[in-house]
Amino acid sequence: MSVLIFIDQSDGHVKKASLEAISYGAKLAVQLNTTAIGLVLGSVKEDLPALGQYGVTQIQQVENAQLNHFDAQVYTSVIAQVTQQIGAETIVFANNVDGKAIAPRLSVRLKAALVSGAVALPDTTNGFVVRKSVFSGKAFANIELKTNTRIITLNPNSFPATVSSDAPATVVPCEAVVDASAIQVKAVNKVKGEVPLSEADIVVSGGRGLKGPENWGMIETLAKLLGAATACSRPVADSDWRPHHEHVGQTGLAIAPNLYIAIGISGAIQHLAGVNRSKTIVVINKDPEAPFFKAADYGIVGDAFEVVPKLIEEIKKLKGVA
Amino acid sequence: MKVLVCISKSPDTTTKIAFSDNNTTFATAGVQWIINPYDEWYALVKAIELKEKDPATVIHLITVGMSDAEPVIRKALALGGDEAFRVNADSKDSFYIASQISEIARQGSYDLIFTGKETIDYNGSSVGGMVAEMLNLPYVALATHFELSGNTSTVTREIEGGEEIVEVNGAVVVSCQKGMAEARIPNMRGIMAARTKPLKVVEPTDAETLTTVINFELPPAKGGVKLVPADNPAELVRLLHEEAKVI
Ligand SMILES: Cc1cc2nc3c(=O)[nH]c(=O)nc-3n(C[C@H](O)[C@H](O)[C@H](O)COP(=O)(O)OP(=O)(O)OC[C@H]3O[C@@H](n4cnc5c(N)ncnc54)[C@H](O)[C@@H]3O)c2cc1C
Repeated sequence: MSVLIFIDQSDGHVKKASLEAISYGAKLAVQLNTTAIGLVLGSVKEDLPALGQYGVTQIQQVENAQLNHFDAQVYTSVIAQVTQQIGAETIVFANNVDGKAIAPRLSVRLKAALVSGAVALPDTTNGFVVRKSVFSGKAFANIELKTNTRIITLNPNSFPATVSSDAPATVVPCEAVVDASAIQVKAVNKVKGEVPLSEADIVVSGGRGLKGPENWGMIETLAKLLGAATACSRPVADSDWRPHHEHVGQTGLAIAPNLYIAIGISGAIQHLAGVNRSKTIVVINKDPEAPFFKAADYGIVGDAFEVVPKLIEEIKKLKGVA
Repeated sequence: MKVLVCISKSPDTTTKIAFSDNNTTFATAGVQWIINPYDEWYALVKAIELKEKDPATVIHLITVGMSDAEPVIRKALALGGDEAFRVNADSKDSFYIASQISEIARQGSYDLIFTGKETIDYNGSSVGGMVAEMLNLPYVALATHFELSGNTSTVTREIEGGEEIVEVNGAVVVSCQKGMAEARIPNMRGIMAARTKPLKVVEPTDAETLTTVINFELPPAKGGVKLVPADNPAELVRLLHEEAKVI
């Protein structure tokens, strides 16, 4: 009956998207009149009982050193075993890099219907229907999950991580058979000190209007002040002005931060597709006819090279930095 | 080396999204169909690059779709690939599609199976992982780089805030995204050659669907932009702080 939430970690730290997944799973458990149980694979540095504040009462942990390396095949087998041990009927993942790799496998393993990229709690009044993002953010679809066991992957930033309890979660060590992995991890390269784009609350993004890579200093300064991640339009990544992983849009990363600041980006339909789920959009563009203004909440028609430095000064004042 | 590349048709990226029949059907009138960009730019082109390095490589393409998917699979053949399969069935849901692809993959015993990271219409990101599980193969999702040496694949995959490099021996399923390869356009020779490349139409195997699309919705329209004069960024900061409460 219960709802099982996969708690994803990186270097022993629970990912923000997983806190959202826990909050979602906990709300869903209330809706289904059952319990929300978390699942952690491998070892973590974090205070697991404290995750109880997001609504999980229990956390199952399979603390096998082999699980400190991610392998979708091995993880699937372990999660399937735990699902069966605790008799979970709904399994919730974050729709992030790991969720996207495990959930489809688990769907086959358990013959459980999967909806990926959910944006709201299921409607359980008549069957089990989940709303997901489709057409790269341009529409939603309501998907019925027809099996008794179901898997949901939750889009990042579409359900807030909310503190709903003050009871700590009990951590239960859990036994499972861990298969040998067919994948050897050779290296992990992390961009140090930067906010990962997929997890960022604020994103400052630059387009071809910035003329060249040498002009990104002000974008980085603005991002740093706001604790934001940096992003860019496709031609900017294609011209190697910025790294590929910063490319957002229909054929890049789709993001949904609280605040998206687009500077010197025209707002082509393919770009909008990846960013239009952002809660607030600010556009700075010198062309009043730029299509981006139609999708924006706030805008400044002006030259980025004049506007952005002034904006930086104003934000410094707000934040009280010299 | 045998590579199977999964190809989906998807609406052109400029398509205006609209629905008919009481919002139950995607309105396809006037829609231009393209090869799903992730399948084309990254999965297919990567396979072609492998063949350019080792001409003994055989590339098969597969799509699950009705006859209206043929122009798209022909276009894929014009870019590269030796032959194609079209499983003659509606692409009902990810589980159904993956069941069809796995069936063909079992018969062909492929060393590598490439998919795009997702389709730009359903955004499921599921078919690759499902195929991998059905075939009991390892799966590397969201790959940005791929290198083959003997039967060892070295794959770079995206992780939050960075990348991870992994090695896999033997057959593997990989979902491909930006970084894997550079987009190409088909040339005249490719287009001519595609006409005579085998395109085998096969009937679907019995498979279930686990999901049904009930209906679609369009997001609510935006309220309109609030413009702030260029010489007054302080006002923008105030609005973001006090009104939108985002900074
Ligand atoms: C199949 C397909 C998929 C695509 N996928 C994506 C995608 O995922 N992501 C994506 O971004 N694009 C994508 N594109 C490309 C997209 O169509 C646009 O070409 C691209 O987004 C334009 O990037 P841009 O806005 O940076 O550049 P431009 O369109 O060149 O716009 C530059 C803007 O900067 C403004 N500007 C110039 N100088 C200044 C200044 N000094 N101050 C302020 N503003 C200034 C201009 O007014 C203009 O609006 C795709 C295209 C296709 C065909």
